[in-house]
Amino acid sequence: MITLERRPQPSRAWSYLSPILAVLITMVVGGLVFAALGKPPVEAIRTIFWDPLFGDFAGYFRPQLLVKAAPLILIATGLSFGFRAGVWNIGAEGQYIMGALFGAGVALAFYPIEARWLIFPLMVVAGTLGGLLWAMIPGVLRVRFGTNEILVSLMLVYVADFLLDAMALGLLRNPEGMGFPGSRNLQQYPSAHNAELIANTGLHWGVIAAFFAVVAAYILLSRHIFGFNVRLAGQSPRAAAFAGVSANRMVLICLGLSGGLAGMAGMFEVAGPAGQVLASFNVGYGFTAIIVAFLGRLHPLGILLAGMLMALTYIGGELAQMNLQLPRSAIQLFQGMLLFFLLAVDVMTNFRIRLGRKGVA
Amino acid sequence: MDLTAIDPLLLLASLMVASTPILLAALGELVVERAGVLNLGVEGMMITGAACGIIFSTLTGNAWLGFAGAALGGLLLSFLFAVLTQLLLSNQVATGLALTLFGLGLSALLGQGFAGTRPPAFPKLDIPLLSNLPVMGQIAFRHDGMVYLGLGLVAAVWYFLTRTRAGLVLRAVGENHDAAHALGYPVVLIRFGAIMFGGACAGLGGAYISLVRVPQWTEGMTAGAGWIALAIVVFAGWKPGRLLLGAYLFGGVTVLQLNLQAAGLAIPVEYLSMSPYVATIIVLVVLAAGRKPGSLGQTFHASR
Amino acid sequence: MKRRTLLKTGATAAFAAAVGAPLRAQDAPMKVGFVYVGPINDGGWTQHHHHSAKEMVDHFGDQVELVYQESVPEGPDAERVLTQMCLQGCKLIFTTSFGFMDPTVNVAAQFPDVMFEHATGYKTAPNVSVYSARFYEGRAVQGNLAGHMTRSNRVGYIASVPIPEVVRGINSAFIHAREVNPDVEFKIIWIFEWLNPAKEADAAQALIEQGCDVVLQHTDSTAPHAAAQEAGDVYTFGQASDMAEFAPKPRISSIIDNWAPYYIDRVQAVMDGTWESVNTWQGIGDGMVGIGEISSAVPDDVKAEAEALRDSIAAGEYHPFTGPLSKQDGTQFLAEGETADDETLVGMNFYVEGIEGEIPS
Repeated sequence: MITLERRPQPSRAWSYLSPILAVLITMVVGGLVFAALGKPPVEAIRTIFWDPLFGDFAGYFRPQLLVKAAPLILIATGLSFGFRAGVWNIGAEGQYIMGALFGAGVALAFYPIEARWLIFPLMVVAGTLGGLLWAMIPGVLRVRFGTNEILVSLMLVYVADFLLDAMALGLLRNPEGMGFPGSRNLQQYPSAHNAELIANTGLHWGVIAAFFAVVAAYILLSRHIFGFNVRLAGQSPRAAAFAGVSANRMVLICLGLSGGLAGMAGMFEVAGPAGQVLASFNVGYGFTAIIVAFLGRLHPLGILLAGMLMALTYIGGELAQMNLQLPRSAIQLFQGMLLFFLLAVDVMTNFRIRLGRKGVA
Repeated sequence: MDLTAIDPLLLLASLMVASTPILLAALGELVVERAGVLNLGVEGMMITGAACGIIFSTLTGNAWLGFAGAALGGLLLSFLFAVLTQLLLSNQVATGLALTLFGLGLSALLGQGFAGTRPPAFPKLDIPLLSNLPVMGQIAFRHDGMVYLGLGLVAAVWYFLTRTRAGLVLRAVGENHDAAHALGYPVVLIRFGAIMFGGACAGLGGAYISLVRVPQWTEGMTAGAGWIALAIVVFAGWKPGRLLLGAYLFGGVTVLQLNLQAAGLAIPVEYLSMSPYVATIIVLVVLAAGRKPGSLGQTFHASR
Repeated sequence: MKRRTLLKTGATAAFAAAVGAPLRAQDAPMKVGFVYVGPINDGGWTQHHHHSAKEMVDHFGDQVELVYQESVPEGPDAERVLTQMCLQGCKLIFTTSFGFMDPTVNVAAQFPDVMFEHATGYKTAPNVSVYSARFYEGRAVQGNLAGHMTRSNRVGYIASVPIPEVVRGINSAFIHAREVNPDVEFKIIWIFEWLNPAKEADAAQALIEQGCDVVLQHTDSTAPHAAAQEAGDVYTFGQASDMAEFAPKPRISSIIDNWAPYYIDRVQAVMDGTWESVNTWQGIGDGMVGIGEISSAVPDDVKAEAEALRDSIAAGEYHPFTGPLSKQDGTQFLAEGETADDETLVGMNFYVEGIEGEIPS
């Protein structure tokens, strides 16, 4: 009989080792799957994990990793505070959409006036506000009526998604778009374009915001009383209450923070890499970011690495499809496996495996 | 505009059919959540069920065996989720989302050789006598077996949860797993059972789309039905009776908007489509009875 | 070594392409890229592009190498995939969905030596062509058949996304149905997606229940055919592919996308160095739009009439949009004997007189 025994202290060694172990297991199992599909396993694994970083044309792919990872990291960093404090915002996808709609809405309202110093900052504020307000709905409902925020925030994802469809087809539709759905392309509107700051580095304002968020989160969590309160609220709500931490305030702050950052990410994306309000604008960053937050063990630096790892599997996966004709479904399966293993091995951080003794349960 | 073109009897009848996949999946998820587990991987299990259903029915030539295979497929996938969340204590939200990704990939791989094949026909059961009843006969008694199985399962789950001891224990586990554990109930084992029941139901729901509703295999063909199922559970306040209402509401809005369009009514489709979700939020706020199971989504470890 | 040179070449992506090119010149097969919006076995739009791409490869044998990527989201991911293809040394890239328009134009600007072909769009550049098919010609034949075959005088139409191409198809079908049957009415359902089997089934069901005994579709799945088969006396038309498995009833004919001749042409042009940016819009006459076998469920005289219509369109003797025609609001669209010019057709955003309902916006 195998039983788990809680470690008195989370193991530091395992918290570093476990992700590496998970990636190794994924490589082995994934390689077997690829081999079963008749593809060269070693080459496939190398294409996914190595080529984007060090292979041919890595000079192009490395910046692209940043572009792909930035929204994930930005959203996941915001979510991690709530997840630590026991506030479950799983509606980041909706807040991401609302941020994009608010940001693009401001830009399109000003079109075609050129005043970057005014319009772009205003878009950032509007995008952040859009996400924040959308997250405040579950926040206020929880505080006022005790409604569960997991479910309300999830429901609001669907609402936001339909709102996006309506906007792409109606209010924000490009009047010069030959009758096609979708807004004007903000990439062609200099005052609103979230362009690369230095050519071919992938560095746009969203990437900078993501790094800034990671640093700020690190400082908040390790040096600031707010970080302490967050951890206390998560570990022991009663103790937190005695320490004078208002549970309601904690809910609102955590939801606001995560919603705001998700909204900001949506705004940077719509004004930059995506360019347009389209029904297909959201590709699940808000949900993937939840996974990223957990893969990163809710730690800012962990989230940074997890976001980059996810981006790597996306871009490497594309390369493997193109070069080895690996079906897209195999890549999805591979990503799913990687996530499973990463989540599974985390048990080693907090628990010890015991053999031979029968548990009480 | 010609609203008289809409025959309410036919509308209700097709509503029952259109709602069956989400009803089945939601029913499974309801039991899972009642046991205190939040599995967000419904979409992944549904699409896997849809693929398995096609594969088994095509290979065996029998639609019922296709459904059995779909249930098995969904069940196996949910077993993975159970191992991860119950034994390895991974976070349920993240694991469920990963399960969806995994299921989408797996189903596409499994279904690769079956694109475009038509599964064996699944006959309708015209229930003798009843199907000839004036109004009700047309609405309720001319469907295929899975529609009735879905309704039967709703009744069975209701009975199980409210009238049996085992159902009481399951609810106790969902309300407060520590207390249930202290009373000597095998929390993990019960949750395994619930999760796998949920997986099997989601698989059935997915297969209903690929074997009856469409019937054909296309990648990603469940197109978000699993997410709707999650919403229905919340709308229902975790009660099987209201689940039926919820499934008909969510399924009904789709059928209704299509019918209104066909009747020539210019309707804002997006706003109509989002209305059930807004209604769900309102239900959550207004009905205090819709309180979620106490331990929902929390990780359980029997510490000593 | 590679790393250093590539870090440098990263400075301009265009330069990287230039570096990549000579390595693969002359004897090596020419790489031709295809970017698909759906999975290659979707049974409709993407499958037919892929099928045509493979026919093109069969035609050239060892001279070309097919590089493709399926299920690419329309947005920043498309731009990255396109750049990857350029970096891999593709000389010609086909982007097969409207939503790839801006990404195609963006990437084309960075890789002047790579030729691009964008399906169904309207933005061209020195190295970007656009191509599309005059599907409305096929719709005219379908409308003619539908007008004859309906007994209830109610024809259902499952429309996908409200863009000019779809509106054009509805108008063309309606005009030719009315021509042979003045009592015919169209019932139109928009599902806002190109492929959603379950929703298509529900839409077909709703149309049939409201008395339609002919159902046309601009969506890709066979679900409406299955619904029609179950209902009994309802006729349908294959879309994108022949869908012959439902012949002779319910499927009585089809519109088949046939891109292969065009693909062969364009690849040849690049090989010969004669490629130029063009705006191609071909119909039945050029073979880009195929009319599937009119089945035995159609009476001989009706079949002969439809085939005559098909042939006169193919020969250029008849234009499906020939006046007198009025718009839905009663204003004049085309005077007696006048035919619609391409510019009007490309941006068509109104119904013709007699169609009820509104185009969603």
